[in-house]
Parts: sequence; structure tokens; C-alpha cells
Amino acid sequence: MELQDFSIREIHRGLVNREFSAQELTKAYLEKIKKEDKRINAFLTLAENSALSQAKKVDEMIQANREIPLLAGIPLAVKDNILVENIKCTAGSKILENYIAPYDATVIKKLKEIGAVILGKTNMDEFAMGSSTENSAFGSTRNPHDLTRVPGGSSGGSAAAVSANLCCYALGSDTGGSVRLPASFCGVVGLKPTYGAVSRYGLISMASSLDQIGPITKTVKDAKIVFDAISGKDEMDSTSVEIPKIGNGKLQIPNLRIGIPKEYFIKGMDVEVERIIKEVIKKIEALERVKIEEINLPHTKYSLATYYLVMPSEASANLARYDGIKFGYSPGQAGSLLDVYLKSREKGLGPEVRRRIMLGTYALSAGFYEAYYLRAQKVRTKILEDFNKAFEMVDIVLTPTSPAPAFKIGEKITNPLTMYLSDIFTVSVNLAGLPALSLPCGKAHGLPVGLQIIGKAFEETKILEAGEIFEKLCSLNRRFISPT
Amino acid sequence: MISKEDVKHIAKLARIGIAKKEEEKFARELSLILDYVEKLKEVNISKTLPTSHSTEGENVTREDLPAKIFKENLGGRAKKLLKLAPEIKNGYLKVKSIL
Repeated sequence: MELQDFSIREIHRGLVNREFSAQELTKAYLEKIKKEDKRINAFLTLAENSALSQAKKVDEMIQANREIPLLAGIPLAVKDNILVENIKCTAGSKILENYIAPYDATVIKKLKEIGAVILGKTNMDEFAMGSSTENSAFGSTRNPHDLTRVPGGSSGGSAAAVSANLCCYALGSDTGGSVRLPASFCGVVGLKPTYGAVSRYGLISMASSLDQIGPITKTVKDAKIVFDAISGKDEMDSTSVEIPKIGNGKLQIPNLRIGIPKEYFIKGMDVEVERIIKEVIKKIEALERVKIEEINLPHTKYSLATYYLVMPSEASANLARYDGIKFGYSPGQAGSLLDVYLKSREKGLGPEVRRRIMLGTYALSAGFYEAYYLRAQKVRTKILEDFNKAFEMVDIVLTPTSPAPAFKIGEKITNPLTMYLSDIFTVSVNLAGLPALSLPCGKAHGLPVGLQIIGKAFEETKILEAGEIFEKLCSLNRRFISPT
Repeated sequence: MISKEDVKHIAKLARIGIAKKEEEKFARELSLILDYVEKLKEVNISKTLPTSHSTEGENVTREDLPAKIFKENLGGRAKKLLKLAPEIKNGYLKVKSIL
């Protein structure tokens, strides 16, 4: 069959109308990956057998004239820090190079139950620590729009796979922008859900108060479909919650109040990106009875510093489990117990991961805890209060997802602070636990630019509906024009 | 400023081995990041409470009964987990002697 740049609904229609079978579709994607992924390196592992047997089950349902769920038979890719039972799960790290997932993450369980077809696992920065996917122990992923550039990170493999149509959609995880940044660099849609909206059970932990799993898709509509399928309370994750129903679920778009924080238009940002975002805002302003106002989020300039204390502190505790004893890489016959720890972690963990563990250990250590970690937690409160105040005045907040488009491979890898600055517009959202969507809104220097829509906690529906409307306004610039 | 001695101390606390030639690099990089986060000192937080989680979660409890998931195929699961361990002996994880 001829593989087109299908959205979820288009594939669903094709399956139901028997234009193609789920097995034909799965084979077509797998062939495309084998042919084209050599130059992109989006996939680390292919799950060929399980994908085809799942597709066969869906075909049997269709043959039996049974109604199939919307996501049944739709091929997806999964970031390699989300556990899929009996499939290798490396988190982009040498320490988990041979780790076979012993169970399914809750999001995977939910997707399997409705017949989703998992094609394989995608490349990422080691333990999701990075903004470019260059920190993977298995080589960088390249941006399909320009192979000399990074796809963004840390869910770079997932975003590149969707962008190059090597899958219909993908799952990523977002701790400080790891779904939104690569989505923006690769010209696709990425949703970071409200903290607690999606279960983290089976997601390899980085920073537990910030991590969320989110969809990376071709259209905003697809993001909504996937979000609806994976969200909800889960007894295996005590921080997960049932999403409260807000209003009648219908958005009063004509009365939408939109805030533009002036702190997100900073000196040093790419002028083309700024121009494109401002043009989109103008187009949105021209919509009927939409009100745009400038707002202040005064602690924005402290969010990156706050993030780079909170995140490594939590990560240093979470990654203590990689000790060369329970699972993962172990140096074998290495002297004492301490030697096992030291050598497993020296050989198994890359420089960025070791740097963050050390930073977190330092920030939590006696004598420094108050000056670093506790102070950061207090500034986190200030950042949260900024958003609370803003959302008394407006329904959603619009910003660029990143101050610049995709950078060159190798350009920022030598200076960690320069790399960290890529996250400057995305980390506040994680600290405040809010939902945010990145959608493609144009091109700067021939590279995709993302618009970020931030909403109140648990108002995914609102940012997704607004996103669909804005997506139409920008559709002329898009490779993929969303079908109605 | 983080010195090479500090790096060695932190690495030991974190149970991370680092090569001699990495000490200076880590010292430089950690100093760079710690200098950057200094800016948090500008914020007046004298009356601010810390936030550990963005959502106001209360303690989540359940009855003290084994969850269904742990009852199903317990032996199979245990085997699967043990298979992932670098070294096992008689169904236990093998650890270096600590005494």
C-alpha cells in the first residue's frame, strides 16, 4: 500500500472502509522505517513481531464486522523510557543497554487494550536529560527538516519519527520541555499534560514532581484523541488524578481571553521567531471577540535556575537505583561493594547524567540544602503564584515554545549552560504543573517554529480546542494540513 | 566555586566514579551552573512556603491488602525480575560482602 501522511482519523476511516488492512499498514510503516531511519536514527528498537500480531487481531475484529476503537490498528512509536513488556527499554543509557521491560507502563496497557500497534522504541537523551537527543548513548537523532540539525530533546526520536511519518503518532515524556521542544523543532504537535493527568507508572523516573507522559502528533485533534486514551487516575501512581470536569466541556472561544507575557519576548531571541509568533498573535487577535492582553509573569527569569536545582535534586535520588546490583550494567568482578557502585555508574552513565546527579547530590547535601534546594522550592511557589494571578485575568497564555529554531548538531553540546538555555520557555510550565501545547506556526530560516499555549491545571480541553483554531490560522505554513 | 577536591567529595557522596581527567571538567561545569543559580538570591522568599508538588495532593491510602496485580502470576514476575539482575544465587540477588 502507499503510505500517506495519515492522521489518526484518516487511518481509522481507511481501516473501517477496508481500503487497507492493519497488517498492510503496519508492514508499510516498518518498511519505511527500515528504509529511511538510517539517516534519521529515530528508532532504537523495532517491535516487529508484536506489532504485526496486534495488527492481525485488529484485522480479525474488522473482518468480524465488529466496531473498533479509534486508535485500534494505528501504529505508534514509544519513547524508550516508557516500559513495553518484553521489549528492550534503554532510556538512551548504556546502563540499561540490555534491560528488557518486565511489565507494561499504564499508558501502554491502556493503548494495547484498545488495539494500538507499537512499532518500536525511540531515541532520547540519556534518562531524558537533554534538549537535543545528542546525549543518547546510541548516537544522535537528526532533524528530518535538516539532517545537520538536532530534533530537540529529550523526546527527539519520537518527534523526528512523527515528523518523517515513520509512525502515525508517538509518546514522549516532558520534565522541562522534552515533548514540546522537539515537537517545535520538528514541526509537529506536542502536549505536556497537567501534572497528575497521566499515570507515570512504568515511566523511568527522572524528576518525579515534574515528569509527565504526553503525545506527539501531526495535528491538534490527534493530540486530543491520544490524551483522552492515556489520561485518568491509576492506582499504580498515587499522584495521578481523575480530570475534573470543567463547565460543560465546551469552549466559549468568542470570549477567550489570551495573555501574552512580556517576559517571553527576550533580548537575544531569534528575530525571525519573534516576528512569526507576533504575526500569529495578530491573526488570532483578528478573530471575533477574542481579547488579547499583555500580562506579567515576573518570576520567569528565575524559572530556569529553579528548575536546574529541583530537577537534578530529584533525579539524584531517583537514579540511586542504578547500582549495578538489581539490574542494568555491572562491572562484574570488581573488588568491594563500593567499587561495584562506583564502576557501574562511571561506565554505565554518560557525562550529562553524572553531572546532574552530582549537582543534585550537592544541592541536597548537609550545609547546602537550604541555600539551594529549599530556596529553589520557595521560588517555585513564586512561579506558581505568578501563573495563578495571570489566570485570574486570562484563560490561556501564548508564548513561543523556544527562543530559536533547531540548532546544529554539536553546536551546544560542549557547554551545558548554553544547552540548558534551550528550555527557558518550557520549564516554568513543569514547575507550576500546568498543561501546555506546542503547535507548528511557521518557519524561520526554513525551520519549524512552535507556538506554546499554556492553560490552567486540568484545562487540557481548552488549550486543545484553542489549538485547533490557531492551527487552522497557521495551516498555510504547514507541511501537514489538518483534515477536518 | 567548586574545586577538584569538592568534585571528588560530591562524586563519592553520589557513588559515582569519575576519571582523574574528568575532575577539572566537572569542577568547571558545576561551578558554571552554581554561578548561574546564584540569581535566586535576588528573590524575596522570607515569607514564602516551599512547593514540592504543584498539585495539592493529600496522602493517598488504600487498605493494607495485596493489590490484584501482585497476586497474578507472582512466581513468573519474580523470575522475570531476577533475570534482570547481574548476579543471582539460589533465587537471591548476589551482593558483595559488606563486613
